This record gives sequence, C-alpha cells and structure tokens, in this order.
Amino acid sequence: MIKIIFILPHLCDSCTMNQISSDSYLRKTSGQTNCCHCGDICDTDVIVLEGKPFCCEGCKLVYTILNENGLDNFYNLEKLPGVSQKNRTSENYAYLDDPDTIAKLIDFTDGTQTRIHFLLPDIHCVACIWLLENLYQLHKGVIRSRVDFLKKETSITFSNQDITLRQLVELLSKIGYPPRVNLNDLDKEKMPAVNRSFYYKIGVAGFAFGNIMLLSFPEYLGVNISESQDFILFFGYLNILLSLPVVFYSGWDYLRSAWLGLKQKQLNIDVPVSLGILAIFLRSLYEILSHSGAGYLDSLAGLIFFLLIGKWFQKNTYSRISFDRDYKSYFPISSMLKKENREIPVTLDKIKIGDTLCIRHGELIPADSVLVSGEAKIDYSFVTGESDYVKKLKGDQLYAGGRQMGGLIELAVVKKVSNSYLTQLWNEDTFEKERSIHTVSRLANKVAGVFTVLILLVASATLIYWLPVDTAKAVNAFTAVLIIACPCAVALSIPFTFGNLVRVLAKQNIYFKNINVIESLAKVDHIVFDKTGTITSSKDSEMDYKGEPLSEREKHMVYTLTSHSAHPLSQKLKSTFDFEKPLTLSNYQEIKGQGISAKVDGHDLRIGSAVFILKKTDKDSVKQNLFIEIDGQYKGAYTYQAQYRKGLAKVISMLKKRAKVSLLSGDNDREKDKLSPLFTNQFFNRKPAEKLAHIKQLQDQGDRVAMIGDGLNDAGALSQSEVGIVVTEQASNFTPACDLILDARQFELLPQLIRWSEQSIQIVYVTYVIALLYNVIGLSYAVQGLLSPVIAAILMPLSSVTVVLIGVGLSGWIVYRNKGSDQVYPGP
Amino acid sequence: MYIILFLIIISLCIALGFLLAFFWAVKDGQYEDDYTPAMRILFEDQKTEENDNN
Repeated sequence: MIKIIFILPHLCDSCTMNQISSDSYLRKTSGQTNCCHCGDICDTDVIVLEGKPFCCEGCKLVYTILNENGLDNFYNLEKLPGVSQKNRTSENYAYLDDPDTIAKLIDFTDGTQTRIHFLLPDIHCVACIWLLENLYQLHKGVIRSRVDFLKKETSITFSNQDITLRQLVELLSKIGYPPRVNLNDLDKEKMPAVNRSFYYKIGVAGFAFGNIMLLSFPEYLGVNISESQDFILFFGYLNILLSLPVVFYSGWDYLRSAWLGLKQKQLNIDVPVSLGILAIFLRSLYEILSHSGAGYLDSLAGLIFFLLIGKWFQKNTYSRISFDRDYKSYFPISSMLKKENREIPVTLDKIKIGDTLCIRHGELIPADSVLVSGEAKIDYSFVTGESDYVKKLKGDQLYAGGRQMGGLIELAVVKKVSNSYLTQLWNEDTFEKERSIHTVSRLANKVAGVFTVLILLVASATLIYWLPVDTAKAVNAFTAVLIIACPCAVALSIPFTFGNLVRVLAKQNIYFKNINVIESLAKVDHIVFDKTGTITSSKDSEMDYKGEPLSEREKHMVYTLTSHSAHPLSQKLKSTFDFEKPLTLSNYQEIKGQGISAKVDGHDLRIGSAVFILKKTDKDSVKQNLFIEIDGQYKGAYTYQAQYRKGLAKVISMLKKRAKVSLLSGDNDREKDKLSPLFTNQFFNRKPAEKLAHIKQLQDQGDRVAMIGDGLNDAGALSQSEVGIVVTEQASNFTPACDLILDARQFELLPQLIRWSEQSIQIVYVTYVIALLYNVIGLSYAVQGLLSPVIAAILMPLSSVTVVLIGVGLSGWIVYRNKGSDQVYPGP
Repeated sequence: MYIILFLIIISLCIALGFLLAFFWAVKDGQYEDDYTPAMRILFEDQKTEENDNN
C-alpha cells in the first residue's frame, strides 16, 4: 500500500506575489498530493523527506540543496515555485571544458572574473528571480547574478579560480534551471551593447525642447520693451545653440533616411518630415541672425521630440521575443563523438564527414548521416510534421533534425552540419528575401509620396502668387507653408496606433514582429493551416477504446500498470482514467519499444504494441494503438488520437467569410475525412520544401497568403508567405522565424486579429483626415504670410497630440470592445 | 534686469545636470529591463524567524 499524505501548501502571510502564477497554482493544488517543490501531483511513488512529499528524486534534490544552503526562502516567495524535475534528462556538459567553446560563449573576461549570460527557459516566477540572484550563497565562485525576467536571461559574473563554466552550468541545472546553450550561441557575433544612443537622442531632444520653450516665452507673451531687445537677441542665439544638437544629433536619422530615400528615387515619409525640419531650421536661423524675428525653433525641437517618442513607443513593445531564430537555435551545441572506443563530447561545428556519433534516447541528430548500429526510431515531427516515428535499419540514411526515440544508436556522418537537409532549407534564397528590417510602414511611405507632392504644389503656388507683390513676403509665405505642412501628425499616427495595438495584444500573448505585419495581415485573402501542433493540440489528446468493454476493475488495473511507465503513450492512457490510487503490483517489466507487463491485483496484465500482444505486426499503420491483454486473453485496443484545438470549427468558419482557407500538412492523410467538412482544400504528405513551393504557387495566382504553422518544418512556408503565424504553447521556448507569434490559448482570436488589423488601418486614415484639417487651418495663415511663431507653436503640438490620443484610444478600444465577440464577420 | 542673464545660465546648467543624470542612468542600463526591478523590490533582505515557522 502506498501512503498518501495531504499537506497544506506553504502558506505565508508575507507572500503577496502569488498573482503571477495563480492560475497554475490552482491547477496544481486541485488534485491529490502535491509535490512540495513543483506542485505537480505525486503519482505513485511519493518520496517523503521531513514530512514533505516530492514527486521525484530531482525535486527532492533541489529542495535539499536549497535547504542546506539556507535558501528555503524560495518556498516562501511563491507557492510551489519549483520546476518539475521529472522527465529531465541530465545533459553532458563536458564540452564546456573546451577553451574555444568557452571563449565563444562568454561575454567578457579579464582572466580572473568572467561574465556570461544564459537563457534559462524555466524562469517563471518571482521566486526564480530571488533564487538565481542569490546564487552566490550556493557557491562562493559566483560573484553576482542578475535576472532579466522578460527575456528569461540571467547574467552571471563568476570568479575563474573558484568555479569553471562547466561547474556553473551544472549548478544551474542541478537547481532546476538548465541553461539553453545551442549552436547559435557559438556562432553569434558578440552582441553590441544594447543600442542606447536612441535614449540619448530622446534625452537631448527633450532637454532642448523644454529650454527653447522657456526661452521663447517672451515671444509668446508679446513682451516688446525696447530695453529687452538685447535679451531677445541673447535668447535667440541660445536657442540656435540648443537646436543644433536636436537637428544634427536627435533628428539626424530622419535627414539621413530622407537622403537615402531620395537617392533611390523614393519619397518615403522622412522626406516631407526632413523638408519641414530643414525649412523650420533655416528660416529660424535667418530670422534670428537677421534680427527680423524669433524663429520657430521651439516647434522644431518639439516636433523632433514627439517623433522620437513615437518611434520609442512602436519599438518598445516587442523587444522580448526573438523572431529571427534559424536552425542554429534548435540544434544542441555538442554531440558525443566516438573515437577509439571512447566517447568524447565535441561541438557541432567541429564534426567532420566520416565521424561516428553516439545518439541516445531523446537526442537530436545533428547532421545527415548513415545508421551504423543500433535500432533507430526517429521522430521527424520537428522536420516534416509527420507525427509517427520512423523505423530505420542499419545502412539507412538519417536526416538532421530527427530525434532518436529508443536506445543508443551510432551514426556515420555523411554531410557537415551546415550542409544537411534541414539547414539547406533555411539557406534557400527565399530566406534572404527582405531580411532587412522595415521599421517604417509601407502605408506611411505611400501617403508620404502624395503628401510631399501636395506640399510642394501649395508652397510653389504661394511663392508664385506673392512674388510679383513682395519678394520678402513670398519667401516668408513659402517657408511658412513648408513649416506648417510638415507631416508630423502623419508620421506619428502609425507608430502610435499600430504600436498601441501591438502592445495591447502582447498583453494577451499575441506578439507581432513589427508594425508592418498589421498592414500585411489586413490584406490577407488566403489562410493556410498546418496540421500537427497547429490545429491539433499537443497537450490534449483522445484515447479511443475498441474491443470487449473493460470493467471498472479492469480499467483500474490498466491505470495501475500504465502509471508505472514513463512512456508518453502510457502517460497519456493513464491520464484518461480518474482513480485515486493504484492497486498492488508486482513483477513489473518493460520491454523497450514493445510494451509493459506486470501482475496487478493477482491478474497478469500486458499492455503494448501489436507485436507484443498479438505476435504480429500492426496492419493499421496509420494509428498508434495500445493493445490490452488480461490473463492471456486479448481484450481490445486504445487508439491515440490528437485533439483539435478548442473552437477550431468556429475559427475556420469565421475565416471562411473573408478568405480562402486550406490545410497543408506534412503528416499522412488519416484524418482527411474528419477534416474535410472544415477545409475544402486539403494537402497531405507535403515535405517542407513542397510546402514552400505550394505557398509560392498560391502567391503566383495572386493570393496574399497567411501561413499558420507551429515549427521548424514550416519554416520555409512561414517565411515565404506574406504573414507567417506561429501557434505555440510556449512563446518563450521554440518559435521559428515568423511575423506573428500566437499563444495557443488565444487560437480562437485568430479571426478577430485580422479584423483588428483592418480596423487599425481605418483608424490611421481617420487620424490623417484630422491632421489634414489642422493643416488646412495652418495653411490658411501660411499662404497669407501671417504665420506667427505662436500659431505654429500651438497648432503643431495640438495636431500631434490629437492624432496620438485618437490613435491610441481607438486602437485600444477596438480590442476591448471586440474581444470575445462572435460577430466579427457578419454573414453576407 | 541683467540678473536674468545670470539666472538663465544657472537654470541651463541645472537642466544640463539633469540631462547628464539621464545619460548616466541610460549608460547604467536602467532602461534595458524595466520589468524585473519591480519584482525584485518585493524581496525581503533577511528572512525572519516567523517566516521559518510557516
């Protein structure tokens, strides 16, 4: 009998920070006995230490380490803060002893102290931050550690004398935070320090804006005493001095971008902006130096300050998620190389053709190779989307990216890592398309072209009108038109409207790569879905039973046996039952790749594959079956079936109202009939390269395609399509290069997402109209040559602020109003 | 009246001081992670006996 202990979860009065993981906490405590470390339900083998239950040895170990080092405050900061140590495979970090590898990984070293930063995907709560920042209490070699919660990164400074990099990594993984070190890290160019100059620019512009405004006050108030003439001059010169860094430092990017645009014969949004900046600056310079006026330098500084704030607003939002991962982020950093009957760890970039590699259960095959020995059962779901394992025999070719599921195999490498099947896909030309970062919206640039022409027309008309009358006034009115028509509001509208939409949606775990994605998404008219992992959930699945009905007692027996096996299918079958505790069990045996057997409650029970139970191969190759045999009598079989995501039918039917919808899967067509009511166009057994070709073909027909996939195998298609959307259960983990990351829980919001994109474009048009109205008012003064600095100083910020408020307000409102509403696309 | 010149210069210097302080903060990395510090402030320096008894 197994004793079940109930304990109350750690309650602490001082704990006020549990809201962060409150939902996971609820899930964790609703069951039976919960592990004291990670909160998972303890199944059969409850390990008890000091009266506290643990679900596995790993969790107990972490608890012991923390307790011994006086770090048990970890358990007070958050309820059940740990990460389950079950199913953790201990990685071999021997490759971290190699000086070359170390040099590539670390950020900085002076010989005695070294700084490095790691990605620790397991960071999830406030207690994690506390523990990791108190790492120095665990090991004296750690000098300082700092956590960046959103990036899930920890930067650690350690003393070379007291701890090696390998020991540090092993320490981290021992307390439950194994760093993710992958091939990409080896390859990275040393990241330049975060771009701080942008903040300097904002600071300079803000500083100058405030001071110039202060110095312009006499002008606003109309102070005009003869003796104050000296002051006016002094203020003017001071203003010029203050505006120089604003124009030539803070505003330099706009001038440069406009110049580059003009050189390529493009009228981008920066052209009219730069035109305005230069017009204001030169006119003000002339007025002040010729003592004929006070100039408009306050408006100029304000304009550049607002523009930079807009840029910051749109940029600030999506810094925490990496959208540009390539295959290197998926590959481990090292593999075990077999040399003279010894296994030595070697980093992947050093693997040569002809090398023999040892791959164990759960490990990724790093390079295309041939199977030398062992029984290979490869999970290619990563590469092709095919969810069934593929059996390979000696001499068969194995492709990089497959995961070995079974015992140890030995491989002979036939291609270098960088030339393998998977990496070639990434190196295809299409991936190079438009890798350059478009930060300026296409829509804005289109409008800018029209705008520039319009401004120049009005300005020249003014000039021609006044020229015969009064030359001075003509130049005056001409520059005034350029000043007041500066499309400040137009330049601000998109960053704020789209930036706000992106920000609001990021809070709901929907992440845009940049604001351009909104424009592309609004235009999409063909939506292509991947199957595995995209419309099916990897978490929920169904077990169908066929055969002689099982009694409650027999089900209980099946539950008991499966709870002893760590095999994923056993675990899935087990989770379909709801029994309090297992029955007595003896003679447990597990034959790898075949099945499990034991004496349960006095009966012989065997569960496993067709070969194991029926002594023949499974004819039904399209499904994964688990056969049940009790006391030598065949009872029936459970069939594993992936579950479709919640609301799939609704999502598809809503999308169908506005776009074509099709399915493009790498998997076999066993679910074809089940899916045909949803998708009119279904394509199965498509290899990654074929998926890419398919998307291209659709585009050639004139369709604007959004591809919705889940992983590496879609990488080509995701990149080729106008909008590549990734559906993921964990945004911080593996997401390939794409335009939009959608948390799986928000899958149902997909149709709304497109609607929101359309609406936000409409909002931008509304703000354009408003900006235009302000411009008409300002222009009516300007063409008459009556534009005073005060009018400019009021009108320009006013139009900007109106545009910003309307853009931000409306874009936030559409999301909150529309969320959860079914009637996104009213029928025709 | 010319005292204003003096005052303006002083006010500019003070403003410049704030600008430099801002530069300092940026250089120090204060604008790189604006989320974690908000969580970090909730840690207690030393756990008390009471906490142990929980």
